[in-house]
Amino acid sequence: MTTERIKFYQTGTFTAGNRLLDEATRTVQSRLDRTNSLNSGHRACQGCGEALGARYALDAAMRASHNQLIAVNATGCLEVFSSPYPESAWQIPWMHSLFGNAPAVASGIAAALRAKRRDDVTVIAQGGDGATVDIGFGCLSGMFERNDDVLYLCYDNEAYMNTGIQRSGATPPFARTNTTQAVGEHPGNPIGNGKNVPRIALAHGIPYVATASVADLHDLERKVTKAIGVRGARYIHVHVPCPLGWGSDPAHTMKVARLAVESGLFPLFEAEFGKGIRAVPSVRGRIRKSHLLHADSPQSSCRTLSGATDSIQASVRSAAGHGSPRRDPSNGR
Amino acid sequence: MRMQIEGSQAVADAIALCQPEVIAAYPISPQTHIVERLSRKTKQGHIGRCQFLNVESEFAALSVLIGASASGARTYTATSSQGLLFMAEAVYNAAGLGLPIVMTIANRAIGAPINIWNDHSDSMALRDAGWIQLFAEDNQDAVDLHIQAFRLAESLSCPVMVCMDGYVLTHAYEPVDVPDAVQVNAYLPPYDPVQVLDPERPVSIGAMVGPEAFTEVKYFSHQQHLRALEVMPELVEAFEQHFQRRSGGLCSAYRMEDADIAVIAMGSVIGTIKDAVDELRNTGVRVGCVKIGCYRPFPKFQVSALLEKTTRVIVVEKDLAVGMGGIVSADVQSALQGRQISVHTVIAGLGGRSISTSSLKHMILEARAERLTEPYFLDLNKTVIEQELARRRDIRRAGPVAEHMLQTMNVIGTKVS
Amino acid sequence: MWQIRIHGRGGQGVVTAAELLAMAAFMDGKYAQAFPSFGSERMGAPVVAFCRVAEGAIRTRETVTRPDVVIIQDPTLLHQVDLFGGLAPLGFVLINSTQTLDALHIEEFLSTLPLGHVCAFSATDLGLKYLKRPIANGPLLGAFAAITGLIRLASVESAIQQKFPGAVGEANRAAAREAFDVVTTSITEQRGIVHHAHAD
Repeated sequence: MTTERIKFYQTGTFTAGNRLLDEATRTVQSRLDRTNSLNSGHRACQGCGEALGARYALDAAMRASHNQLIAVNATGCLEVFSSPYPESAWQIPWMHSLFGNAPAVASGIAAALRAKRRDDVTVIAQGGDGATVDIGFGCLSGMFERNDDVLYLCYDNEAYMNTGIQRSGATPPFARTNTTQAVGEHPGNPIGNGKNVPRIALAHGIPYVATASVADLHDLERKVTKAIGVRGARYIHVHVPCPLGWGSDPAHTMKVARLAVESGLFPLFEAEFGKGIRAVPSVRGRIRKSHLLHADSPQSSCRTLSGATDSIQASVRSAAGHGSPRRDPSNGR
Repeated sequence: MRMQIEGSQAVADAIALCQPEVIAAYPISPQTHIVERLSRKTKQGHIGRCQFLNVESEFAALSVLIGASASGARTYTATSSQGLLFMAEAVYNAAGLGLPIVMTIANRAIGAPINIWNDHSDSMALRDAGWIQLFAEDNQDAVDLHIQAFRLAESLSCPVMVCMDGYVLTHAYEPVDVPDAVQVNAYLPPYDPVQVLDPERPVSIGAMVGPEAFTEVKYFSHQQHLRALEVMPELVEAFEQHFQRRSGGLCSAYRMEDADIAVIAMGSVIGTIKDAVDELRNTGVRVGCVKIGCYRPFPKFQVSALLEKTTRVIVVEKDLAVGMGGIVSADVQSALQGRQISVHTVIAGLGGRSISTSSLKHMILEARAERLTEPYFLDLNKTVIEQELARRRDIRRAGPVAEHMLQTMNVIGTKVS
Repeated sequence: MWQIRIHGRGGQGVVTAAELLAMAAFMDGKYAQAFPSFGSERMGAPVVAFCRVAEGAIRTRETVTRPDVVIIQDPTLLHQVDLFGGLAPLGFVLINSTQTLDALHIEEFLSTLPLGHVCAFSATDLGLKYLKRPIANGPLLGAFAAITGLIRLASVESAIQQKFPGAVGEANRAAAREAFDVVTTSITEQRGIVHHAHAD
């Protein structure tokens, strides 16, 4: 199936609903009969990328699974701002257990459903980057290798945000967090550390792996919908800016997310059984306005970061076993 | 049917009869025989549509069951020692969420030093997490307690640990009456959950609870535990009606009618204590034994009632509160508050050390003569201790304690210099 | 109550021997308890297994420190491990060895035991003969039945067959039967020699 980049007809805005699109290409969010799985009234910050991503992802999942869905949440921002006792923003069956066990809890739910012959019910596990890449990593790998029938959604805002902005295994090079502070000539998070969990997911050979971003909500919905239609262990890694943690303007969440995709810092791809990656080509170029730059040494960091993004792209391509993407954009401006 | 069978195998057969729907397994000595047999029985189709998951850690094992139990499935796993600690967070989580999971603890010491043999330090480490803790005296007890455990857990929405001594019971080969499916089905109805993740009726489970309501949630759990003290005897009564034998129960007495001295303990050591009691009785010592079958909740009134006429109590326990002394004895003392009664703490069997009838008899007579230190460490090798203390006084870089003690006892070879 | 202690090395079926003994006793209508004392799974390390047999229920869980019977599956343990510790004055000893007690340097030590209570024979050779493998535990159980009379040979055979159905069980049983005969003969000879001596 070929993907089509949706052009925005309404100038000056980035509306994703778009009444000018035909029915088939409208988002789930644009429909009146959407579930509102994550209902309004939750306590997320203004401009929270995770709240946006979760809402889109889960409503798409509910639609694709004909409303037969159970969700497990790891401890983290999403869980905390959505379930302050005695209220809950969730309109779907939802469970929170611990920080590090969401994949295992979901595996357990899937097993119970299988025992009860309920293979019409879908299980989703979701967590932030900390819960997924670090503390829940063992359980995630276990879920992958057993090919448990669970779709795992990781909302990656690149640090432990709910606890006050600390570095995780998903924090990119040079990034400033409270445990990787830019001090003197030290640029924040060291280069060379960190894990690329989408690539690790590919290496497990599971039925479906994809990266997505709130920058392209149609694409996010499409990937979730596709994943729901597949059986076995599935993984979607969603990039979600955090205005508070990233120091960005809450009104610029979409813009920042788009910059990350277009610069190649967060490449979009999808693959089945670890192969056949379809990647969205990035616009190569200098990163001028990025929250990642350190004031004292913009030039060298920038060059290194450029190099880093090039190597991220290269590694995605080589993991695909393909040559370079079809279109190689011209040199940066 | 009465058969000569290994404890683990009998327990696995009992679990299978209870028809769990999800079993999670992570191996650790000495529980492995249980999960191995269950994996076989699952594949043989003896457990309906049971899903047997080989998971990546004990933490994952209990987490899988948390999800499964919340989805309305009857669930089971087994662990010991380090494994129980590794899942500690999930142990508290399961209790806090009120999920009726049943778990076997094949009691084993906790390291360091690493030790695979039996004592109660593992269950003791998590005694206050909110799980009901039952202790088996022998393998018949172990089989019966597991069947009771599912009914107990599901009626109270509270998880249950069935504790059986690692190797001593798990690997003991002795006669056990393993019930049949008809008996078990009559006693144990299918699991009817109090809370369940269901697309037809969505609920949120696991909310954050702040200062305004946390105390009330905990009080509720506390009350459920106290209710267990009432529910358990009813359940034991019903068990006797269905299976024609008395098994389990909060606590029980052996030759306590006219006993001046009572020896209190839990688990398999009860058998050895009963032999010691009989031998001492033959010499005129009025000693009896009280078995604690349910450790959490602690049956304070029931234990106190059994000790009504005693003037001296000796608590024999396979655990140690480092720097403090006894753990079970502290609970016993709490139950006997206000009574004029001597309570002795005897720390025995740590790390799998065999507890002999002769050592017990000697200890009881010493207690009677007021010659026991408090706490008293049964069969302690004082020479080794004194040598090690002397060594450490003389040398700063004295090296690891355990290795040197083992060298002193000639258990391991001397260092090549 | 009879207390039996079996010594061997990991991988030699010491634990199985104790279980089969307990099973045979169970089949004879007795109460039996068998349990091992061993460490992490490992081949070649010294292993001890215990068994108690009684008419009534056995409650104690302590290790066997005062055995009535000591069975030694691996004679290389002699003089390395305290195999005979606590042995009852009227106890029995079975040793799996091709050598005589004298050659094993234990004849004098065991001479205080009653005549016909000690027997050394090559259970391993019987295992090789019937199973083509150096399995000694089956024959040692047949020997046990012969030397103590505590359990019937028929029960030993039934226990073996239940644990090892088919041809393997058959072969083990045959080995056990021959061991029973070998030991019976040996005991008779031992007692016979004394009678001869007394007669003179």
